[in-house]
This record gives sequence, C-alpha cells and structure tokens, in this order.
Amino acid sequence: MRRRVAIIGAGMTLFRRRMLETGKELSFEAAKMALDAAGLTLKDIESVVEGSAPDAFDGIHMKGEYLIDGSGGIGKPYQRVYVGGGTGVFTPVAGWWNVASGLYDTCLCVAEEKMSPLHPHPQYAFWSIFDQILERPLGTTLLWIFSLEMRRYMHKYGIKEEEIAEVAVKNKGNAVDHPCAQLGAKITVDDVMRSEPICSPVKRLDVSPPSDGAAAVILASEKVAKKLTDQPVWLDGVGWTLDSTHWTNRDLAYPEYVEKAAKMAYKMAGIKNPRKEIDIAEPYDPFDYKELHHLEGLQLAGKGEAPKLAIEGVSQRDGDMPVCPSGGLLGVGNPIAAAGMMKVCECFWQLRGEAGKRQVKKDAHTAVAQAWGDLMQVGTVTVMRS
Amino acid sequence: MPFKIGIVGVGYAGFDTMTPGLSTRELMFEAASRAYADAGIDPRKDVQSFICCTEDFWEGISITDEYMPDQLGAVLRPLCTVSSDGLVGVATACMHIASGLADVAVVESHSKASDVVNPNEIMSFGFDPVYNRHLDVDPRFLAGLEMTRYLKDSGTKREYCADVAVKNKKNALSNTRGVYGTNLSRETVLASPNAAAPLTELESSKVIDGSIVMVLASAEKAKKLGDHTVWVRGIGWSSDTPVIEDRDLATAAYAEQAAARAYKMADVRAPVSAFDLAEVDDTYSYKELQHLEALKLAAKGKAGRMVDSGSFDRNGKLPVNASGGSLGVGHLLEATGLHRLLEAILQLRGQAGQLQIPGARKAVVQSWRGIPTATGAVAVLGN
Repeated sequence: MRRRVAIIGAGMTLFRRRMLETGKELSFEAAKMALDAAGLTLKDIESVVEGSAPDAFDGIHMKGEYLIDGSGGIGKPYQRVYVGGGTGVFTPVAGWWNVASGLYDTCLCVAEEKMSPLHPHPQYAFWSIFDQILERPLGTTLLWIFSLEMRRYMHKYGIKEEEIAEVAVKNKGNAVDHPCAQLGAKITVDDVMRSEPICSPVKRLDVSPPSDGAAAVILASEKVAKKLTDQPVWLDGVGWTLDSTHWTNRDLAYPEYVEKAAKMAYKMAGIKNPRKEIDIAEPYDPFDYKELHHLEGLQLAGKGEAPKLAIEGVSQRDGDMPVCPSGGLLGVGNPIAAAGMMKVCECFWQLRGEAGKRQVKKDAHTAVAQAWGDLMQVGTVTVMRS
Repeated sequence: MPFKIGIVGVGYAGFDTMTPGLSTRELMFEAASRAYADAGIDPRKDVQSFICCTEDFWEGISITDEYMPDQLGAVLRPLCTVSSDGLVGVATACMHIASGLADVAVVESHSKASDVVNPNEIMSFGFDPVYNRHLDVDPRFLAGLEMTRYLKDSGTKREYCADVAVKNKKNALSNTRGVYGTNLSRETVLASPNAAAPLTELESSKVIDGSIVMVLASAEKAKKLGDHTVWVRGIGWSSDTPVIEDRDLATAAYAEQAAARAYKMADVRAPVSAFDLAEVDDTYSYKELQHLEALKLAAKGKAGRMVDSGSFDRNGKLPVNASGGSLGVGHLLEATGLHRLLEAILQLRGQAGQLQIPGARKAVVQSWRGIPTATGAVAVLGN
C-alpha cells in the first residue's frame, strides 16, 4: 500500500566553479544541513539515496561507492540512482519509493556533483555520452545539440532570440537573492544578445555555468513527519520518462518525455489542471530556451507560448506563477545532479515560507520541480504541496 | 502483512567468454525478449517501470541509461539506472511494486566484459584517488589482504579456500551456462599462479559476457501471469565504509547487515535450517566462506571445514552454488547478483536440469559488488 511521503528538511552548499571541498565533503555539508533543519541526526535515518551524474567528471569508477561515507550511507541500505541531468529531481523520487513502499520511515537523499576535477573543462565528459560509432568521431559537444534544439524551437513557433533572453535576465536576477548562487546578476536582454556566441544561436549568457556543489532533503513517512514538524511539505507526485536513444529521430521542438513524466506525477498528485493548480514551477533551465521548452512539456504553457510568461510578468517572482524563483541553473549554478535537487529544496523553502528575500508574493501551496538530461531524453518531475 | 513480490519471468543471453556476434544492446534485446515471453507480457503495455544496473566505466559510455530504452521496449516509459549490483535493482523493483508505482517492473543487468580492453585499470579507478590509486598494482591486492586477514582471524585452513574453487568448478560442468567448469584437485588450485598472494588465479573468477532480465509483479498480478512464480519474501542491501583502511577485512559486514534485513522481512529465524539451497557470491574463493558465515549459514570460522566435509556439495546438507557460481560459470560484473538469482529461480521452478536439487522450495541469494566495494545484497526466495 502506498504511503504518503513528506519532505521535512533541506540543505545545500554554495554552488561555485571550483570548490576546495571533495565530493564527499560537499555531500556531508548538504546532508548535515538537511538533518539539522529536520532536527534529526544520522542515527534517525533508515536509508540513504545518493544522486550523482557521470563518473567521468571525477574520474572515479563506481562514484556512488566512493561517496557513501560523505552522504551518511555507512551500514545503511544505500542506493545511487542516475539518469544523467535528470538525476537531481530523480534522487528524491528514489527516496520517495524507499518510504512510500513501507520499507523505511526516513530517507536521506543527497545529490552531489563535482565537475571541476575534469581538465581542462567538464564539457569533455559529455563527449563520452555520444554513440561511439555514429557520433563521437564528429567531436560532438552538448552545445551542438542544444543549438539545434534551440533553433528548431525558434523556427517552429517563430520565437525570437530576444524573447528567449528574457529568461536569462529573470533567472540571473532572481539569483541575486540566493545566498548560494554562483552567477546572480542584474543584466539586460541587450547584454545577453551581445554576449559571445558559443554555438549559434546559443550565446554565453544563454548558458548555465559548470559548478561544484551538493544539495539534500530528508524524507519521512506521514506518521514520522507529523511527529517532527508542523510544516511538512508533501511529496505527492513523482514521475519520470526516458525517450529513445535516437535523438536524431525526435521532435526537437517539444519534449514529449517531459509531458509523459509530468502527466505521471500529476495523476499521482491528483492534479487535473496544472496551470491553475500549480503556484510555483522550478523547471530545469541549463539554457534559457530549456525553461520555456520544459514549461510547455509540464503543461504550464501552450506549445510555443511559454516566452510570453516572462515577458508579461507571469513567471516573475511577483507574478501569478513564479518560475525559477531560486534563480535556476542560469543564476544559482549547475552542478548537474545537485542543481535538480536545489530546485526541490527551493520548492520546500518556498512552500514553508522560508525563502527569505526570494519568497514569492503569491500565497503558494503547490509547486513542481523538473529536471532533464541524457541525450535530450529524460524528464523527471516531482509535485510538492504544503 | 508478509512481504511477497513475484518474479514471473526470467530471460538471459550470452554466457560466454566473448559474444562477438552481438552488441551490448542486441544481447539485452535477446535476454529481454526471452524474459517477456517467459512472463507472457508485452513490455509496451504491461510494464510500468524498467531498472538497469550498470556502471559507466564498464560500458565505456557516460550516462549509460541513454542506451537502454529501445531494446527493452521502454521508449517513453519510466526507466532508470541504479548504479549497483542487479540484486539492488531487484530491491528497487520490489519498492516500485510495494509503493503501488508499478504492477509489473523489469530489471536488467549485463556484462560485455569482452569489450573491455583494460579491466584491471577500470577496477583500479574504483579506489580512492588520493590514498590508494597510486599503488600501481593488480587491484586484487585488496582480495589478497582480505583473504589473509580472514584466514588468520577465523583460523580457517588455507586449503579450504581451494576446496571452494574445486567444488564450484566441478558443479559448473553440469551447467549449460558454465564456461569455466572443470575437474581439478586441491593441489592444482593451490599450485596455480598467484593472483594476489595467497589468492591464486584458479580461486579468482574470470569475467564473461551475458545479459539477464527479470520480470517482477505484485502478488495480485503474478497470479495472472504464468504458473511458475518465485516469490521474493525478503530483501536487504547494505554498504560498509568505502575507506578500506577502516574496514574489518576479516568479515563481510555488508552481507551480515543485508541478511539481517532480508531475514527479518521474511521472518527467517534459523537461517542454518531455513533453506534448501544458497547461491552466494564467490568472486574469489575465500569470499564464499566469508559470505556463508555472514549469512549465518555456517558458524564463524566453520565455513571452510564444512566445504571440506562436503556439507555444501550439491548432494550435501545445504547445496551452495550448485550452479557453479562465478568461479565455475564466470563473473558477469554488475549482473552477477542477477545470475545468482537466476540459478536459484531455475532450481525453485524445477527447471535446473542436471543441476536440479530435488524438492527445492526455499533459497537465499547474495551478491557483492566486487573490489574495492563493501556493498552487497541478500534476497530470500520461496515458491
């Protein structure tokens, strides 16, 4: 029988291009902060889930094993789950099944990424995600396929680069108020347009940075959560979907895998009209156009209509449906797995009214966090309620 | 309510030193097709969750789940990687089913070891980059250290470890999947070259290729799917510290903890007499002894003598690795736990052919993730 699961604590480290701490230490810091927030110690935790993306960043085989002590997994049932860039939001999903299944009452979920050990640039790790025979000989980078996707999105719906740039302006601006943020800044659409092209139409300020960092949440069964806090945030819906390996055969203008994942999570949470019922959205925004793409996949905007949300103010922090009030990956930073978890933490803090200067104006009760990854292929979604 | 999740389909492909005619994805396709046929399901309609147990470095690909959906029939469906041994994947499937997320869940794991040019180097990349990796030695040095410590602390005779290799390789001769089956004497095993002293090469399992797929279902759904369901009655998994200097090298603490959880779920109070057979990890000969003691199938320090006296032979009191284990059949990297499980399922179904243990009804299965980890899982099965 399914049990209701609550988030009862959250924590995160600074997000920075190069942190002096090891991955183990980053995991420890985030886990400790989440435990302290929940008023628990490691002794109270029954199982542990770790999320971390490619081993190639660290050059450590079986990275999940290496991170066990930092994330508090010694002597406990410990799992490392992994769906590329979707890992961050997927880590609490894994925690959810640890608790919802009735196997464990408390679960510590830690997402960690240390991209900086890879020299000269973490982007090199992504070369090894491509097909050995068909794609690697081309010297492919992730930026290539994102520029293809961005161009397709713009072409299909007649969207201008300037409209997409509004997302970068909004998110980097929001991040100014985030104490962990790496790239918070007050910029203009003009700044984005004039920034250096990396792989046209993708420009420097359209892209999130490589980062090191970790984030964590504590999950508990309903019975335990009610004993520990007056303000549980319920993890009421989870969903994930993986599309075909063959990204070349995909509709690049619309993320069907996000739609399917969102529908799975909405169905579980009993959400029938997402645009009306969801107060805050934290879609994955490693690139500014991706936020728009994902808002459409999440059924929070019609196809090709997401750009209007930022321009008309709907998705601003004081708007009707704030999107990435944290500052997102564009502003807070993008330590792959930790970035998705940061979004779940943000929803937790927003729904508890603990987001400080970032607190949205609207009285918010329902939030959705989403991440995406692999070969433009996976969608992971969580729905949270206060 | 007692824990009860059904394994309703199994399929496998490969089980050879090389599978040059098949790519990894083709190997998976074959195993999956057989498992789906065995369970009588259509993956595109009947399965709500797919779980793959893989590690990037073994695959030579970063983010390996990218390459998993198509051949499993999992496109645009929930699929994820659990970076662990296949038995932890089975635990994950059990949680998906117990939480109501899925009625039917699929677990896949494989080895395409013949594609790996430098397995020792990859294994070395599992060691701590600062403290251990610079030791430019065969990564099995850790097995040598563990074995030495185990022999000393438990008072086990060195020769008994060789007996494990003799027993398992002999068992594998009757197993159609066995690649390294052979009749050897204890002396031959002891005289083979050192892998990492005192461990010899004939006591160290060798990798093979293969893919294994399991179909799991809720108790209600399992009733509708075939008539050879094997039930998971308890499952546990655990990890000791990754810092090798901090471990007690003599015992397998992870297996003790995992077994304690699985036994509690399945209400197993006297493990010694609870099972008709055991399939335990025997990546290295001494590991089988360590694991038997951790699973409480032998008293501390007594497993070796019991192997010597034939208690764990196929016709003994408790057949252990009647299949031939990893020493006899071959080692399947992260699919090794699923291989242990596969052999136990075939026994409980009465489909083990020449290996069949008459009247087998209850089994315990255990996995270990290999060097340099201290992670393992245990499952209690019944039919």
